[in-house]
Amino acid sequence: MGLLSKKDAKLITDPLADNNPITIQVLGICSALAITAELQASIVMSISVLFVLGVGNVVISLMRNIIPSKIRIIVQLIVVAALVIIVDQVLKAFAYELSKTLSVFVGLIITNCIIMGRFEAFALGNGPWRSFLDGIGNALGYAVILVTVGFFRELLGSGTLLGFKVLGDPIEKTGLYAIGYENNGFMLLSPMALIVVGIIIWVQRSRNKALIED
Amino acid sequence: MLEYIELFFKSIFIDNMVFATFLGMCSYLAISKKVSTSVGMGAAVIFVLAVTVPVNWLLDQYLLQPGALSWLGEEYAGYDLSFLSFIMFIATIATMVQLVEIIVEKFAPALYNSLGIFLPLIAVNCAILGGSLFMQSREIPTLGLSFVYGIGSGIGWFLAILAIAAIREKIRYSQVPGPLRGLGITFIITGLMAIGFMSFGGMLTGGDDAPKKEGATTKAEVKVEVKEDVDKKAEKLANNTKEITK
Repeated sequence: MGLLSKKDAKLITDPLADNNPITIQVLGICSALAITAELQASIVMSISVLFVLGVGNVVISLMRNIIPSKIRIIVQLIVVAALVIIVDQVLKAFAYELSKTLSVFVGLIITNCIIMGRFEAFALGNGPWRSFLDGIGNALGYAVILVTVGFFRELLGSGTLLGFKVLGDPIEKTGLYAIGYENNGFMLLSPMALIVVGIIIWVQRSRNKALIED
Repeated sequence: MLEYIELFFKSIFIDNMVFATFLGMCSYLAISKKVSTSVGMGAAVIFVLAVTVPVNWLLDQYLLQPGALSWLGEEYAGYDLSFLSFIMFIATIATMVQLVEIIVEKFAPALYNSLGIFLPLIAVNCAILGGSLFMQSREIPTLGLSFVYGIGSGIGWFLAILAIAAIREKIRYSQVPGPLRGLGITFIITGLMAIGFMSFGGMLTGGDDAPKKEGATTKAEVKVEVKEDVDKKAEKLANNTKEITK
């Protein structure tokens, strides 16, 4: 990457794996679990968070020297709330069905700990460009987990991906269903999201022993 | 009276904040290492929810809903300020949390010290904002019911964090595989607890949103889903049952 220095590139690549916001920093779990029954919803949620975190980090970083530290949480909340209102209105205008599926979870981006966590930990102490990269990196790390969970839940739960019947038609018994495969409807229910994330954490920590807690 | 009791138990067990909608997971995972701190956190959440949900209900009713401003006069009846609800709700919540922080610091310094950084973070606890947003999207009809809903959700969250904290204290003495230790096993236990809580779905017999008649076995599954999802899920389950009967 010629555009980015090595240090800057690290800001983006780190959160993707070894410092992942969900599995390592334990931020932003709520939405990661609640909306991942379908791949499409996970992708839209990821894009929303990418927008809010990228822009929000820059705004906070620009204002970092004029925010009194006592009221910084309220300032941060107002910035996020304004950005989330934009996302919500855009979704309602252009993807109404999807915004119904996401229901209150768009609003809950405001209280997504990822956002406040990155504001506190990074944007308040760094310049706008680095904050922007940090925001993008963390949002991508969030997106990786969301899309993975969404992928498995939709594939195993309803046998579709993004609404396409990749495993064949369950009612007309084509594809895999012809040889007796059944959808696991349990994957669509909320508890399975937790267990899938638990398994992702398990796999990740088995591959990288340094992450194991004692 | 019956609807109050029903909403109370429904918000504790069936629509449990943690197990059915995953709200407040961040602090749920971060503070559940010790029972004593989790009790404090749970109590704070109950209190904040009991205050903010009714306050936000009033805001929603008299300021934000389409036509809510008609009490000001005829000419205001056409306004729809509902797009402002996120910002209004979060401002109320941040103020209330500040208030709780001051009160706790004054009357329970020990608790204040043990909660430490997490008390201000109640403001960004999804459970609090989620309570208000669900109150809005489920169109809870009266102020009293919104209060009951706030308290019930808070107690549900309290129960959840208390249970997981107790389990985590015990699990320290068990041989958990290395990579699963800590976060991983907590996730899986929470998942299992959520499956357990799903069985409460059969508790609800009627009331304002009686379960869709899609066959007795699907009833429990439909109830625990977020209400907006219900129609879609029911359709899917109907397909499944069709398939099975074939």
